[in-house]
Amino acid sequence: MSDKNARSYWQANVRIVLRLLCVWFFISFGCGILFADFLDQFRIGGFKLGFWMAQQGSIYGFVILIYVYIRQMDKLDHQYKLDQTQSADSSDTDSEEKS
Amino acid sequence: MSVQIWTYLFVFLSFSLYIGIAVWSRAGSTHDFYVAGGGVKPLVNGMATAADWMSAASFISMAGLISFLGRDGTYYLMGWTGGYVLLALLLAPYLRKFGKFTVPAFIGERYYSQSARLTAVFCAIVVSFVYVCGQMQGAGIVFSRFLEVDITTGVIIGMAIVFFYAVLGGMKGITYTQVAQYCVLIFAYMVPAVFISLMMTGNPIPQLGFGSELTPEYGGGYLLDRLDGVSEQLGFGTYTEGQKSTQDVFFITAALMFGTAGLPHVIIRFFTVPSVRDARRSAGYALIFIAILYTTAPAIAAFSKVNLMNTVNNAEYVSMPSWFSTWERTSLIVFDDKNGDGRIQYVGDPQVNELTVNRDIMVLANPEIARLPNWVVALVAAGALAAALSTAAGLLLVISTSISHDLMKRCLAPHITEKQELRYARIAIFVAVLIAGYFGINPPGFVAEVVAFAFGLAAASFFPAIVLGIFYSRMNRQGAVAGMVTGFAFTAAYIIFFKFISPQLSNASHWWFGISPEGIGTLGTILNLIVALSVCRFTTAPPEEVQTIVRNIRLPGEHIEAAKPTL
Repeated sequence: MSDKNARSYWQANVRIVLRLLCVWFFISFGCGILFADFLDQFRIGGFKLGFWMAQQGSIYGFVILIYVYIRQMDKLDHQYKLDQTQSADSSDTDSEEKS
Repeated sequence: MSVQIWTYLFVFLSFSLYIGIAVWSRAGSTHDFYVAGGGVKPLVNGMATAADWMSAASFISMAGLISFLGRDGTYYLMGWTGGYVLLALLLAPYLRKFGKFTVPAFIGERYYSQSARLTAVFCAIVVSFVYVCGQMQGAGIVFSRFLEVDITTGVIIGMAIVFFYAVLGGMKGITYTQVAQYCVLIFAYMVPAVFISLMMTGNPIPQLGFGSELTPEYGGGYLLDRLDGVSEQLGFGTYTEGQKSTQDVFFITAALMFGTAGLPHVIIRFFTVPSVRDARRSAGYALIFIAILYTTAPAIAAFSKVNLMNTVNNAEYVSMPSWFSTWERTSLIVFDDKNGDGRIQYVGDPQVNELTVNRDIMVLANPEIARLPNWVVALVAAGALAAALSTAAGLLLVISTSISHDLMKRCLAPHITEKQELRYARIAIFVAVLIAGYFGINPPGFVAEVVAFAFGLAAASFFPAIVLGIFYSRMNRQGAVAGMVTGFAFTAAYIIFFKFISPQLSNASHWWFGISPEGIGTLGTILNLIVALSVCRFTTAPPEEVQTIVRNIRLPGEHIEAAKPTL
């Protein structure tokens, strides 16, 4: 892989990570702590929403986040041909992937 | 059959299973011993990570803590799960690509320095030791209560088992026993929770049950509303509303998250999978397996609080069920009839309150309080032991590899053969087991408190150093070492001051920015980052080959050469 490709792969990687970390911050520190009192005025069943986010929702959110990350990284690796062990001899499909 | 016979049966069966696995998976090389040969499947590694992670504290204490803290207990739930997002996104894939055996090895090579390596060895050993003592103590409590042997015998049995499979199998033995231990512990945690949820709300899923209505025998109405009402009435504060200050909860949550991501015994689990993709996948599996227990814990907390208050409040002491006196004997329940009326007053006001319930028994006594069958009660004991032993083994391995690989092989005795290195690793585990056992039998009083601080220390030392090492290729040796030392020293000093030197000053008016010692690791992390980045600016950039290492760990795939080899 060329130097330039390596750099753009890394930038895309960092963008994915940053985006997901914003969501991570929002569902845990945001909904679970900072806005929890505000969210408590809404209810789902017997749960106040803020309380539910803090003790249940944020954890489900974390699991989903990791799976979104796995999918997006798989896609990125595929785009840059990093998901094949013999990366050197697979340049023929290169151009159509990038477009 | 009595609870005790059931317990002996379950403990015997589960222990034989662990020993069987240990014999089957002996380690032949240091590669087996340190990273289980590097061929562990993501699903298997996810399960092992979950067991490694969920300690005696998660299994025994967490639900109890939440049931006394109410919504504030959230910081344990979010902190100990949210850290996995950081681990998966910021650390695990890159450290796997780096492909070494230990965390100090990464620090040492990335920062091209023996002093960085030794700082990391020191931090790893302190953090792991603090943590492992708590596990041994947890095992001791379970043995003494359920098998009615004394704590010393209990701890020695636990030590012998851990010693056997850790010494024989190293990471390989530990990985496969941890898989078995995960199955035992999650089954033991879920069965009583499902039973109780069904009894109290008619809903078999505890996660939904604690947001449902109570069955008519329990008085109907939403469970959480009832809990809020009764808690307020007795002066405990509303269960679903926070009592602590928002910034303190914020900082504690962050410290636990950063600490989770920086704990060496969790990180090394990701060295055992075959590839970077597998490292990402196994972080996903690990969090699912952990989330099963962590979303059930707040349900158990709510159920057991309602049950406890229903059973004890204003009830006659003489008519208490038998579990009450059993736990009184271990002095984990203490009743002091202050007004002499023969009834139990369980209220928030410490002047009037007559009952002290240790938070640790909320999970252990819960099946008895809910009058579940004997085999369920016994199952919980086996689960708690699985949780304690699996975590202890993972921690002991970190201590042993730090000593045999990073200290002996890399610093003191570089010429030892692989066989000798393996022998040092086994000797180190042996010594570590003995020391941990000693502290399990003679707990130095502060162990339980200190376990939470292991997170603060890991957060303030490892987490920034590793993240910067991956994401900032200009980060150099001077910056990283200065950051780790400052973060560790600051966090340790703050905790030692408020917990051991002047505990009477430990309240919100004396804390810096209202941050309790539990949450100070976050400030330590920030301090570490600031110091590291400023020192780095004024010192020379790392050598070119180190920057090549960084470029290389950023790319997954085994056959990718360094982006620009310069030699």
